Amino acid sequence: MYDVAVIGGGPAGLSAAIQVRARGRSVLVVSGDLRDNPLYKTERIDNYLGFYDVTGGELLERFRSHARQMGVEEKEGRVLNIMPMNGTFYLSVGSEMEQARAVVLATGVVRSAKYPGEGEHLGAGVSYCATCDGMLYRGKEVAVVGLAADAPQEANWLKEIGCKVTYVSPNPADGLRSDIPAVKAGKLEVLGEQKVEGLRAGGTTIPCEGVFILRPSMAPAELLPGLELEGSYIKVDGNMATSIPGVFAAGDCTGLPLQVSKAVGEGQVAGHRAAEYLEYIS
Amino acid sequence: MAIIHLTKDGFDKAVSNGISMVDFWASWCGPCKMLAPVMEDLAGKYEGKALVGKVNVDDEPDLAMRFGVMSIPTVVFLKDGKEFDRKVGVMPPAAYTNVLDANL
Repeated sequence: MYDVAVIGGGPAGLSAAIQVRARGRSVLVVSGDLRDNPLYKTERIDNYLGFYDVTGGELLERFRSHARQMGVEEKEGRVLNIMPMNGTFYLSVGSEMEQARAVVLATGVVRSAKYPGEGEHLGAGVSYCATCDGMLYRGKEVAVVGLAADAPQEANWLKEIGCKVTYVSPNPADGLRSDIPAVKAGKLEVLGEQKVEGLRAGGTTIPCEGVFILRPSMAPAELLPGLELEGSYIKVDGNMATSIPGVFAAGDCTGLPLQVSKAVGEGQVAGHRAAEYLEYIS
Repeated sequence: MAIIHLTKDGFDKAVSNGISMVDFWASWCGPCKMLAPVMEDLAGKYEGKALVGKVNVDDEPDLAMRFGVMSIPTVVFLKDGKEFDRKVGVMPPAAYTNVLDANL
């Protein structure tokens, strides 16, 4: 059990995490593949105070090293759900579960638009977790929609356990097994009546019983049912508190401007308030 | 009453009378681990009123197939052995108690 779980390993999440550590509390940062972090790819930043002409990758590496030196624990993975129960937040991260007493959401901007047919078939062939549901599709045709950087590895794993995999993505499939057919397409539709029967990908239709949609991270409202939003951003007050007690948010997921300084500042407040919240509940 | 671990052989007899709630799960699934304490809690709260059971889909693929489980956790509700509702994915405890309370 951690004092605080931070979802997202960008500037906001790491800033919140070091603040929690500065208050002597334990903290776990759960984040996806580094390559999915938009800062990682930013070529030049000139408006972060004290770091003129720095690459996003360099800044991110400094942030990560700082967090490690302060005893921040890290875990790579995709958080699928967060559920509050009896004063504890339960987080599912792929095939594992973590627990914390407070949560800071720092997921960045999540494109929450679903594909046609996706929501209707959730649990009826559409899955967001290859490690959870893969075994149920052994020997069957499945499509993996690869939007996260680690999606090719998940597709490889599904192939290895015996699924008949087709990989679909608008992005290059780095590391995909050569015996998995790859379809380059961005316009997708999940087909079928009660259950999934296929995936339309651009001009082709892939017959399949399962569609694994692997995004870099889940939309906040799906992570935490009942979380209040403002447009597509998480609603927060001046303390970075969300509508759910014990849950704070910081960075791009709370709104514009999508800048490192703003994320770091909000993370500082969120981490501070999360640590204060722990004192209040104990 | 503790949770009953159901297998292919004992399943039909166990759920034949009254209301049952059965959690299809597996050890490789994080959301299933989240749901486990909820089910434990409800097994105690509904003792004598409803049967709360678990099916490990890894050990019992026939049961998983029979109920068309395509995503775990899936919680199936039965009345006298017949399914009348199901919840797919992990949900807050109220999602399960609402179904039980409305049918008891």
